Amino acid sequence: MTDTFHSSTPIYSQLAERINKQILRGELKPGDKLPSVREMGIQVNVNPNTVQRTYRELEGMMIVESRRGQGTFVTENQSILNDMRERLKREEISQFVVSMHDMGYADEEIEAGLQKFLANRKGDDDE
Amino acid sequence: MINLEQVTKRYMNKIALQNINLELTKGKIIGLVGENGSGKSTTLKLIAGLIHPSKGTITVNGEAVDRRIASQVSYLSELDEYYGFYNVRQTINYFAEQFSDFNLQKADEIRAFMNLDPNAKLKQLSKGNRGRLKIVLTLAREVPIILMDEPLSGLDPMVRDSIVKGLISFIDLENQVVVITTHEIKEIETILDEVIAIKDGSIIGHHHVEQLRIEQNMGIVEWMTSMYENSR
Repeated sequence: MTDTFHSSTPIYSQLAERINKQILRGELKPGDKLPSVREMGIQVNVNPNTVQRTYRELEGMMIVESRRGQGTFVTENQSILNDMRERLKREEISQFVVSMHDMGYADEEIEAGLQKFLANRKGDDDE
Repeated sequence: MINLEQVTKRYMNKIALQNINLELTKGKIIGLVGENGSGKSTTLKLIAGLIHPSKGTITVNGEAVDRRIASQVSYLSELDEYYGFYNVRQTINYFAEQFSDFNLQKADEIRAFMNLDPNAKLKQLSKGNRGRLKIVLTLAREVPIILMDEPLSGLDPMVRDSIVKGLISFIDLENQVVVITTHEIKEIETILDEVIAIKDGSIIGHHHVEQLRIEQNMGIVEWMTSMYENSR
């Protein structure tokens, strides 16, 4: 996961997004310790000042908490993590819907198309 | 920490830098970018006290820069001019004798991180490993200012990556400021706090890298291209 930050948004927020996704996928569990600022910097080739800002940002959203002298940990407060999960789902869906509307699809078409797509995929997975 | 005020540098009748004003503070990694001959190396050499301004003043921590500034500045030159008959360890020891602020233990940590064989003779080192050794020698000094002239130039991607990781690992961002000139912007962009673009001896832009992305949705490459076009 060293490479590719795109250049249109700040690196600290792209890194925060990556950490959020790791939490969603369960790669980082509630109570897990994040790498130190410098270790994380080395892993992703990012300036430690920027990593620091990412951690501060996540702390502000209460997704992580820093414990004095021990490091930074994923929160064990499940309701905050549930909120994050809901929020990211809403954001992703809203982007999808906007771009479908941009191409001229109506809500009914989107809904029907999505259901059909998911049903087909489910069939594929069962095979 | 580093201040340049109205600095001009002339070589004979050619102007290398014109009326430069610059203020650099500690805790940052700063990239100095621009075309060949734009004045990047001249700026570093002026801060290092290796050459003197034709006009203007340069101060480091409030003191005017002269030859003695070497005790506060670790300078990585674009050239490599080491003794071929020394091996890696002897070269490190030689540097430790030259500079009282040289931390031998740190040097050994960086050497190990860079996978350099302490017994390899310098004349037998590949270009990439010489590049790595220069990083060891530059970063092992405990000085407030580190200046690096093209540390990535001419090296293959794996070496460049190890050097970037070496910088992240061993720079002391609590106490040091690092100024790097480079052409390899893409490689180093994610570790820069600030970027300064120079063209024809003048500073045409100076930004916080993250701010650039927030305000203008641009990375350094796009920004530089637009700066160069606007100043045409």
